[in-house]
Amino acid sequence: MSDTTTSAPAPRPKKVQDRIDRLRAQYSTGGDRRRQRAEQLYSASQWQLMRAKFGKHKLAMVSLYLLILFYVVAILADFIAPYDPQERSRQHIFAPPSAIHFFAPDGGFVGPYVFDSRTRVNPKTFKYDLIVADNADMNPVVLFPKTDPYLLMGVIPMSVKLFGTTSRQPVFLLGADNLGRDLFSRIVHASRVSLFVGFGGVLISFVLGVALGGISGYVGGKVDVIIQRTIELVMSVPQIPLWMALAAAIPAEWTGIQTYFAITLVLSLVGWTGLARVVRGRILSMREEDYVMAARISSASSWSIITRHLIPGFTSYLIVHITIAIPFMILGETTLSFLGIGIRAPDVSWGSLLQQAQDVVVLSNYVWLLWPAAFVVAAVVLFNFIGDGLRDAADPYAK
Amino acid sequence: MTPSASLKSTEPRLKVEGLKTYFFLDHGILKAVDGVDFHVGEAESVGIIGESGCGKSITAQSMLQLVRGRGQIVAGHAVLRRKQGEMVDILSLDPDSAEMRSVRGDDASIIFQEPMTSFSPVHTIGFQIGEMLRLHTKLSEAQIRERVIAMLGRVGISNPEVRIDEYPHQLSGGMRQRAMIAMALICHPQIVIADEPTTALDVTIQAQILDLMRDLQDELGMSIVYITHNMAVVAENVSRVYVMYLGRVVETTTTERLFKDPKHPYTQKLLRSIPHPGRPVERLEVIEGSVPSAVDPPRRCGFFTRCPSAMAGVCDAAIPALTKVDDEHWARCFLLSDEKEAEDEWSSL
Amino acid sequence: MLQFALRRLGILIPFLIAISIVSFIVIQLPPGSYVDSYVNNLRLQGNVVSAEQEGNIRAMYGLDKSMPEQYALWMGKIVFAGDFGSSFRYNRPVAAILMERVPSTIILSLTAIAFTWLLAVPLGILSAVKQYSVWDHTLTLIGLVGLAVPGFLLALGIMFVVYQNTGWLVNGFFSPPFREAPWSLAKVLDLLKNVWLPILVLTIGGMATITRVLRATLLDELNKQYVTTARAKGVPEMTNVLRYPLRIAINPLLSTLGWMLPAVVGGEIVVSKVLNLPTIGPVLLEASITQDMYLAGGIVMILSVLTVFGTFISDLLLALNDPRIRME
Repeated sequence: MSDTTTSAPAPRPKKVQDRIDRLRAQYSTGGDRRRQRAEQLYSASQWQLMRAKFGKHKLAMVSLYLLILFYVVAILADFIAPYDPQERSRQHIFAPPSAIHFFAPDGGFVGPYVFDSRTRVNPKTFKYDLIVADNADMNPVVLFPKTDPYLLMGVIPMSVKLFGTTSRQPVFLLGADNLGRDLFSRIVHASRVSLFVGFGGVLISFVLGVALGGISGYVGGKVDVIIQRTIELVMSVPQIPLWMALAAAIPAEWTGIQTYFAITLVLSLVGWTGLARVVRGRILSMREEDYVMAARISSASSWSIITRHLIPGFTSYLIVHITIAIPFMILGETTLSFLGIGIRAPDVSWGSLLQQAQDVVVLSNYVWLLWPAAFVVAAVVLFNFIGDGLRDAADPYAK
Repeated sequence: MTPSASLKSTEPRLKVEGLKTYFFLDHGILKAVDGVDFHVGEAESVGIIGESGCGKSITAQSMLQLVRGRGQIVAGHAVLRRKQGEMVDILSLDPDSAEMRSVRGDDASIIFQEPMTSFSPVHTIGFQIGEMLRLHTKLSEAQIRERVIAMLGRVGISNPEVRIDEYPHQLSGGMRQRAMIAMALICHPQIVIADEPTTALDVTIQAQILDLMRDLQDELGMSIVYITHNMAVVAENVSRVYVMYLGRVVETTTTERLFKDPKHPYTQKLLRSIPHPGRPVERLEVIEGSVPSAVDPPRRCGFFTRCPSAMAGVCDAAIPALTKVDDEHWARCFLLSDEKEAEDEWSSL
Repeated sequence: MLQFALRRLGILIPFLIAISIVSFIVIQLPPGSYVDSYVNNLRLQGNVVSAEQEGNIRAMYGLDKSMPEQYALWMGKIVFAGDFGSSFRYNRPVAAILMERVPSTIILSLTAIAFTWLLAVPLGILSAVKQYSVWDHTLTLIGLVGLAVPGFLLALGIMFVVYQNTGWLVNGFFSPPFREAPWSLAKVLDLLKNVWLPILVLTIGGMATITRVLRATLLDELNKQYVTTARAKGVPEMTNVLRYPLRIAINPLLSTLGWMLPAVVGGEIVVSKVLNLPTIGPVLLEASITQDMYLAGGIVMILSVLTVFGTFISDLLLALNDPRIRME
């Protein structure tokens, strides 16, 4: 365009040119797929977008399926656990996880079986050792063995379990504890308490948080100040000591169910504050927005403004919050029960099972006692992955 | 300085050719700037005008290689004459290199449009302006402070020795924009790119700021590129105008001729959509439709969808080239010339 | 600034009163009273306690008065005499137990917080600046898993691994021979040999949250206009990040600094149970289990008061860092 060219344009630095070439190569293919995505992007609703984005998050999807499996196992605990969580076997104190064999000693395939075995204290090390006789009996491990009748989920009469042995020799998938109780059965039963404590607790703290945060943000004025100060007060009392003190106040004679609900309440009493703050913040900023203004001018009632206009505005956030809050509740219950101020025997939770693993010296002899920890961590990690995926999906500006 | 004088200047301060800045998104390539050419002469003012989303701000940021993240300048050259007189193609520099940083602020600087968000809220004005000198000169702290106070006074901030220690939120919008100008000019750059310098301000303050910039230009002799959507800024301050639409320059000529004799249908519509002083206003025209998406744009004239004189089979079959109307006037329209824009390796993407 | 500090200090007073009320409620929570347990205990030991004596004991502890009066009495003793009541289990004044245990708790917690910041802040910056890089993904993954491992498990796990591999049983702050010994170089070395584990566990516990919060806020700030402005001035990239966006992104962290203390103390309580540390944790746990409520209430109160001062300090830091808060 200009008549003068005084210096020849120079080439780009290699680093930059490489990036340009890489991008060009990357975008040379798959144009149709991208165009399709662009079209979806323009026509999709917020929910469709969120679901599509979440679906793309593979880790979160896998986690979701695994977590559903966890909950199915918890619900069907009576059927899936081969033994009653209280059933003791005096011959199998601290029995290690059973070795499951598939081939007979002579080498032929016979399907899964366990040998007859028992444990005995070693007089030198004071450790329980597993004793298997040279020509011990083989006990097949079968699907759907007959057992004493029981009620699945408290309603369906059943008399088979998912798996087990047909003889008196039990199969210990994950070993046995200090009273010879099957750890796998105990973990499966404990998962009911541990996995569902989150729901109850989150439900209560959710209702408290949304209600108080909503009122605080919507009504404003003195009510707002009082609620905000209350929140700050609750937050400034250290959580775990408060939990402890509150849990300590639960009368010892309460039944397992009562204790369970008390623990849920204790956990949620502290959990609502964070949510309340966020809900208030969102409402404060949203009530200034035009569409809420419009509703207000057209004299819609407060209730309908809140439910029709404000709450849908941050539903996605609430969902994310719940997925993040549940694992915190699970960890809280585990911690309290581990310390001995949560779920009490004979009821079991993952935390109370871990009490046996407190002593490192015991642990070094019977390392399988740590199995409940694996379940806690797995459940919480799965929740965290899902929460992470949801958070990305809920954020319209994320990539 | 008259427009014709600047047109004659033989050696441009900055000459940009074939600039393409793309954003590589999940759902396609956003061709924000798709082949822009312009040049600025010594102590000249030119305007780049266009609706929001036409790529003018990205053009400004590309000049200092400030485009980040998913954005990438993929083609073009921007040859700048530096203070010592040597010519350098800015786009041949590594964006993270010390040499590129030495150009930023010292040889070329940008006045951003949002004076509120353009300053860090937790550092004093003085610190942020002085940082320019700290980066590009070897002055002592005392000298820097002195220079900053002097500059703040020069841009019309009262009590500069007090204001220097204040934070952005303590200044009014107009004052902040003056501070922004002080920051952009304190190193006496060769060229200043003013990206919507007055958009966020009241009308009276807009005029003051533009007066100030004219005065400073006379005094310091820098070239200015005004990037704006505001015809009034263009009419009063620049000698030549580049009209941008959908990432391309569609027309360029002197300010005078642009207003008198626009050639491109878009420019014609644009001018009819603003009130003219001295002409009775009956009804302002609007340009129907909206700017189409710049994500994977089809190979056709960008204005095709909104153009009253669009020719089916011609305008939607290829992109017209920017062709010469006469020595002072260029436009990009098949009504004026059959010439098509040449394709490159990005055209098919 | 001084004015700001004084104003914040003024807000503290009603807060402290509210906290004392909460602690008082905690003490009153269990069914039955301190005297009931005390009298029961005496009777179990074979003493004969008449109704009159019981009444006297009640009067001595002010239990015959109304709740507000009891509260006033309890608070009055604390404020004017530093008397938190006495522990029925240890049979000692609560104040003495607090004096013995609280300092080590605070030192341990503050050390852990310092390490947490020292490690988490650089990692958060790295994660944000190199968003979607291998580093970022790895740190996010570790963070998500880290959040899922409760402190006591981590402590247990590390202890177990150390014991399995070296036979060294980390226990308390000092190995038995040094517990009662006067300070010496050997004792310091022994302390280091033990104390790294609780510090490590508490540090890791807080890191994931801080890294993730910092990453999120820094990512927001990095897209702000003022960062581009600084870049356009020719500020080198790393200087830019550290000088401008970080300064603002650190705000939410500073404001939670006060709340980090109770979180760390909470974690410390659980961890110290596993590691058998002579801090306030095991005492509170035992007090809770045995319903030794004056002790439990006293500990809750002291920890809450510390938290409130922690928030005060974090408010001051926030004001120092951000002039907008200072001048509001």
